Amino acid sequence: MLLLQCPHCLEARSEEEFDYAGEAHIQRPATDVSDAEWADYLYFRSNPQGRHCEMWVHTAGCRRYFNVVRDTVSYDVLAVYPIGERERESLVGKPPP
Amino acid sequence: MTGQPRRLPVGGRVDRTSPISFTFDGRTYQGLRGDTLASALLANGVYVVARSFKFGRPRGVVGSGAEEPNAIVQLGTGADALPNQRATQVELYDGLVGASSAAHGLRGLIDAARRVLPAGFYYKMLMAPPILWRFWEQVLRRGAGLGTVPQGADPDRYDKLNRHCDVMVVGAGAAGLAAALVAARSGARVVVADEQDAFGGSLLASALHIDNRPAAEWVVDAVSELRTFEDVVMLPRSTVVGLYDHNFLTVLERCADHGPSTSGAAARERLHRVRAKEVVLAAGAIERPLVFANNDLPGVMLASAVSCYVNRYGVAPGERLVLATTNDAGYRTALDWQRAGREVVAVADSRADPSGALPRAARDAGIRVLRSHGVVEAVGHAHVRAARVASLNTAGDALTSTARRINCDLIACSGGWNPAVHLSSQTGTRPVWSDEAVGFVAGQRRGLHCAGAVTGAATVAECLGQGAAAGASAARAAGFATDETEPLATDEAPLDAQQALFVIPHSRRTSRAPPQFVDLQLDVTAADIELAAREGYESVEHAKRYTALGFGTDQGKLGNVNGIAILASALGREIGEVGTTMFRPAYTPATFGAIAGRDVGDLFDPERHTPMHVWHEAQGAVWEDVGRWKRPRYYPKPGEDMDAAVARECIVARTGVAMMDASTLGKIDVQGPDAARFLDRIYAGGFLRLGVGRCRYGVMLKDDGMIFDDGVTVRLDDERYLVHTTTGNAEAVLAWLELWRQTEWPDLDVYLTSVTDHWATMAVVGPKAREVLGRVCSDIDLGADAFPFMACREGHVAGVRARVLRISFSGELSFEVNVAAGQAVAVWEALMAAGSADGITPYGTETMHVLRAEKGYIIVGQDTDGSMTPHDMGLDWAVRHGKRHGFVGERSLALADYQRADRLQLVGLRTVEPATVIPEGAQIVADVYRMRSGRVPMRGFVTSGYYSATLKRSIALAMLKGGRGRLGETVHCPLDNGNVLAAEVVDPVFYDPDGERQNA
Ligand SMILES: [Zn+2]
Repeated sequence: MLLLQCPHCLEARSEEEFDYAGEAHIQRPATDVSDAEWADYLYFRSNPQGRHCEMWVHTAGCRRYFNVVRDTVSYDVLAVYPIGERERESLVGKPPP
Repeated sequence: MTGQPRRLPVGGRVDRTSPISFTFDGRTYQGLRGDTLASALLANGVYVVARSFKFGRPRGVVGSGAEEPNAIVQLGTGADALPNQRATQVELYDGLVGASSAAHGLRGLIDAARRVLPAGFYYKMLMAPPILWRFWEQVLRRGAGLGTVPQGADPDRYDKLNRHCDVMVVGAGAAGLAAALVAARSGARVVVADEQDAFGGSLLASALHIDNRPAAEWVVDAVSELRTFEDVVMLPRSTVVGLYDHNFLTVLERCADHGPSTSGAAARERLHRVRAKEVVLAAGAIERPLVFANNDLPGVMLASAVSCYVNRYGVAPGERLVLATTNDAGYRTALDWQRAGREVVAVADSRADPSGALPRAARDAGIRVLRSHGVVEAVGHAHVRAARVASLNTAGDALTSTARRINCDLIACSGGWNPAVHLSSQTGTRPVWSDEAVGFVAGQRRGLHCAGAVTGAATVAECLGQGAAAGASAARAAGFATDETEPLATDEAPLDAQQALFVIPHSRRTSRAPPQFVDLQLDVTAADIELAAREGYESVEHAKRYTALGFGTDQGKLGNVNGIAILASALGREIGEVGTTMFRPAYTPATFGAIAGRDVGDLFDPERHTPMHVWHEAQGAVWEDVGRWKRPRYYPKPGEDMDAAVARECIVARTGVAMMDASTLGKIDVQGPDAARFLDRIYAGGFLRLGVGRCRYGVMLKDDGMIFDDGVTVRLDDERYLVHTTTGNAEAVLAWLELWRQTEWPDLDVYLTSVTDHWATMAVVGPKAREVLGRVCSDIDLGADAFPFMACREGHVAGVRARVLRISFSGELSFEVNVAAGQAVAVWEALMAAGSADGITPYGTETMHVLRAEKGYIIVGQDTDGSMTPHDMGLDWAVRHGKRHGFVGERSLALADYQRADRLQLVGLRTVEPATVIPEGAQIVADVYRMRSGRVPMRGFVTSGYYSATLKRSIALAMLKGGRGRLGETVHCPLDNGNVLAAEVVDPVFYDPDGERQNA
């Protein structure tokens, strides 16, 4: 069971308080794209073995969404940062403190 | 000591002052405090404790701990019974009642069955015609006793407890205690758990000295020191059953299992949910048995178990011992046995030159040591009478002499040690083969510090050193400073190299030799594994599933590595290359009681009640579960069934006045300067021009254009809206709105609050609704012009502040009265009183469903399933294209596939036979004549079907391919009872299509 640091509550809490909310940093395209491009946005997600940027929501806490970089093999959490911020390159690939 | 023929006159950690009595399989025996059920049975000379799973062969106690595959027992009787316990871990108490789980095995089939139940039996049977499997299932289930389900509700109490610590130490043997001491001294918060009733692990049965003291004394000192730390929690009788991601552990503490049931007076078991910063894994190792012919005969035991029974329990399970070993450590058992005054007939050592300290000590003690020898077969019927031994070549894979018989009644075997890597592998860390340790050792991962036998360490000195180091590294990783510790000295003999040998060959080839058992619990033999390899099951995971190796409740603690070795040899590969299968929680079986804790009965899944719940209950409402809500389904009068009650409720709603509790609808308060803009983007319809005090029906899509939810939104003020959601979707809709607000449109100034529980809603429905409401509401003009359909007014109902919405889910004149939840019952009762002269009737969800279906109103989740667009459902009128920012899902509605004319579309169905209701879920086929061929195209399915008392006929809503173009056609619904219902395709609005009644 994961231990996640909510970037808003600033506390490490158990996975039970959170819900997974899909891959992060998916750009919603403008509506004038082709059917194929729109379908790509709707249905296609990366499924890496390793670093994965994803969104979580602190359902039983502050109810806010945030971003997590998680290793899908080791389940190590590599970074946690608020919505709207891009992935912090300095944190990526390094173990958490 | 009467009645305990195998009890030694002295020795052991048992209390000899007052014997206690217990019952096993209906017979009463005497044992001692400090015994386990297994040691007490052995003391009484009870050797056959089970019949095997497939073949019904007699089986005896093999081990002395969690690894025991045979002595699986059921404790107690009735509702208190505890199935599936290992007798080797069951502490004896006065009055204990135990029963062999497999006592009534397949005695008839015995050995003959081995020919008909080969490896892959289950697989082959499941691929065969089902009738064959049904036959075998009957036979096997009767024999495959792994306990019976306790009868009645469990009267015992179970607790759950959350713990947080810096260092969790798993196992309190030499390594675990050393680690815990170092970590505790650093100031870290430490939890130490051990599955035995006393800390010390193997040291409890050891004759060694540590630091010039007997090992047991060192243990006492270590435990006393640990007790002095305030932040150290010590959990004996506690098995760490699960190790999950980010160092979350579940620890099952047996609080009262070692005594008679307290029937709920005290917690029987406690599940500790531990979140640790660092984990020290000092789970020890389990001795590996040797595979040879008839090695399942009672009287064949692990060498370490024999030593444990002698040293810890003062029990000698036999008179004359033959030891089969591949290593020095096994000699300890021969020496222990001789010290206990029993005869060691011979030691069969597979190695050519056993010249280490322990073999020398054995020879010095006059014990006959046979070099390059192995036990090839155990001889006997229900118990060992002799061992056949033969000499082996250097590799140990061929016999170099014919076997000769040595009479004995106990064969102890030691094939080395398997580190207890189970927990470490539960989080996905693969164990790694170590040639040096001749076993799989725990893989490395951050946050996990392995120490002791789990790393392959063989001596106590090594375990103590590794434990101290692991305790220090764990404490430091958790942020604590540690002091240097002096290494502890022991007086144990050094150990020479062991031989990597798993199977003692037989003179006949494996498939023709007597069975050589690998997995005793599931009766898997060496021949089975070789057969699996021959049949192409080369991956260890496939071979496991094909042979059932390791599938028992013991998860193959004894058999797995031998099985992997046999598979590797059959495939000509290295063991490390073949690898292990993964171990899963729980390490030993855990009771459902402990996992559930107090979350049972009323607390299992909380119910949600509306403020009027007690009123409904008093009226005899029959409940329907909607999500967690309890909603009245209908209110039967004496003698009424559901159909009669619903028909009555429907007629009253259409002709008089009726009332429904609609409080469960989700309500979200949307506020902020951008509230209108937000809703305009979320809903498919337009919301920018909705006036204050007006309501609008909205349909909400996922971005794939599919209907997600629907409901009425009210504009309460310039910057304030109230969004209604369906009952079951309230939480999901709020999360969905928050997702868009927070991630896609953070620039919008808008706030969302769930107010579902704050308001109670009562729908006053029917032609007389205005009249009845008017009797208790004087400050709102209820006139049709002053208060039109789809408007909202605020005022007082029965003297309570109320928000009244003129909306309708029934198609009738309808007012939905919303009041604060705490005042709802008084308002509800006042409305019932006001309508009593007009025969006001409460109605439930079933009537609501019929009324709305008569009007063709959909229920999201019943008539839709996440694959329907507004167009599919005939809701184009609720979609507004051309909005400045569009709406969620709009782009998808233009996808080519969504334009197909043959998509499923909502239609109504009128059965040709008006009295017959089409069941929901019925399939619609095009051509009833082709149906007999069994291949007929499906055209759609029925989503709602009811009998309409108002229309005096059955009606249905259905999704039909190209349905709106098929009005007037006849379709057919074949039912599972063989009947076929014919129905006419019609418009889904069956009643008052122009809406005159709701607008009245
Ligand atoms: Zn939070």
